[in-house]
Amino acid sequence: MSEAAAAAKVKIRKIVTFVEETRSEMGRELNPAVRRAAAAAVIANPLAGKYVEDLTELINAGEELGALLADRAVAALGIPGSSVESYGKAAAVGENGEIEHAAAILHPKLGAPVRKAMGKGAALIPSSKKRGGLGVPLDIPLGHKDAAFVRSHFDGMEIRIADAPRADEIVVAVAVTDSGRPLPRVGGLTKDQIKGEDGLR
Amino acid sequence: MPEVRVRKIETIVEEIFHEGGPPPATPLKRAAVLAVIHNPYAGAYSENIQPFMDDLRPLGLEMSKRLIAALGGNAKAVEGYGKGAIVGAAGELEHGALWHAPGGYGMREVLGGAKAIVASTKKVGGPGTRLDVPITHINASYVRSHFDAMEVGITDAPRAEEILLALVMTTGPRIHARAGGLKASEIKGEDGLR
Repeated sequence: MSEAAAAAKVKIRKIVTFVEETRSEMGRELNPAVRRAAAAAVIANPLAGKYVEDLTELINAGEELGALLADRAVAALGIPGSSVESYGKAAAVGENGEIEHAAAILHPKLGAPVRKAMGKGAALIPSSKKRGGLGVPLDIPLGHKDAAFVRSHFDGMEIRIADAPRADEIVVAVAVTDSGRPLPRVGGLTKDQIKGEDGLR
Repeated sequence: MPEVRVRKIETIVEEIFHEGGPPPATPLKRAAVLAVIHNPYAGAYSENIQPFMDDLRPLGLEMSKRLIAALGGNAKAVEGYGKGAIVGAAGELEHGALWHAPGGYGMREVLGGAKAIVASTKKVGGPGTRLDVPITHINASYVRSHFDAMEVGITDAPRAEEILLALVMTTGPRIHARAGGLKASEIKGEDGLR
C-alpha cells in the first residue's frame, strides 16, 4: 500500500451520538441519574470486497476515530474526560468486509487517544465486534477505566443505526459512562477500593 | 392528577455528511429525545384520560429544550419536526394519543411558533420496538425536501406499564434532496401547508 493511502483520512458518512439518562430503576429513584453515552461513526471500508494482507490503513483509521469518538462521547455526556468512570468500544463490519477489519480498527491504535481524552485509563478497554447488515445492534461492553475488576461497572450498552453498516461500510463506536449499573449489589471490588497500579484492581 | 414518573431519557443525534453524493457545505443533523414514563392508565380501561395531557406539558417542554441543545443550541436552525409514542403492552393506543398536544406544545414553544402540523405516529409494542417517526417542515407541510423519518427505539423500553414518548427535530432537507416538489424557499407561510 502506498504511503498516501495509509495517510488518507477516514471517509465518514455519518456520526451518531446516544445519551442515556436513567432516573429510576424498579421504582427506585437514582440520584444522581445514571448516565452513559456512545458515539458511533459510519465509515467507508476501503478494504471491502477483497482480501488485503496489510491492514495499515484501517489501523490508522482506528487512531483517528479513537480521538474523534472519545471527544464526541465525552462531550455528549457533558462532563470532563477525567470524570468518566467506565468505557468500551465496538465495531460492526458490513457484509463485504472481514471481522479482521474490525480488529484492525479497534485494537492496535484506537485505545491511546481514547485514554488521552479521559486523562488516564489504566484498564483494558473492553470490546466487541461482529459482521452484520444494516441496523445490526452493537452491544458495547463496559468496564471501569482504571480497574477492570470493579464489579459494579461491568455493563453493556446497546446501540444501532437503522441504515448502517451498508455492505462496504463499518460502524465504529466508543461508549463512556459517569457511573456503573443502576443499583449495583452483587459485591466484588468497589470503585473506592481501586489501587490503580495494574489496571486490574 | 397523576404525576409524570420518568424512568429514563435518551438523546440521539445524527450528523450526516453524505449518502454517496456530493457532501453539502453544512452536514444535516437529526436529533431525537425519548422519554420513558410510567403509564398511569395501564392495566384497566379509564374513560377520562385527558387530564394527563396537561401533566405532560412540562416534560414536552423539557424534551424540546434538550433537542435544541442537542442540535447546537440555536432554535432558528431547526427546519423539520415530528413526534411519536410507543405504548407498552398493558396500555392502549389511545394512551399514546395523549402525547399529541403536549409534545406539539413543547416544540412550538421552543421554536417560537411553527405553523405546520407536527407529523406523528404511534403504536403499542414491547421493549425494543422501533418507531419510524415521520418528519415534515415546521412551517409548511408540503415541502417535499423535508419529508423524512427517523427510526428510534430503546432496547429495554417500553415495559408493559410504560409509554415511550418521542420528539424529533432536523436542521434541513434530506441530505441529497432532489425529488422536486415545493421548496422551502417557496413557502408562503399562511396556512401551515404551503
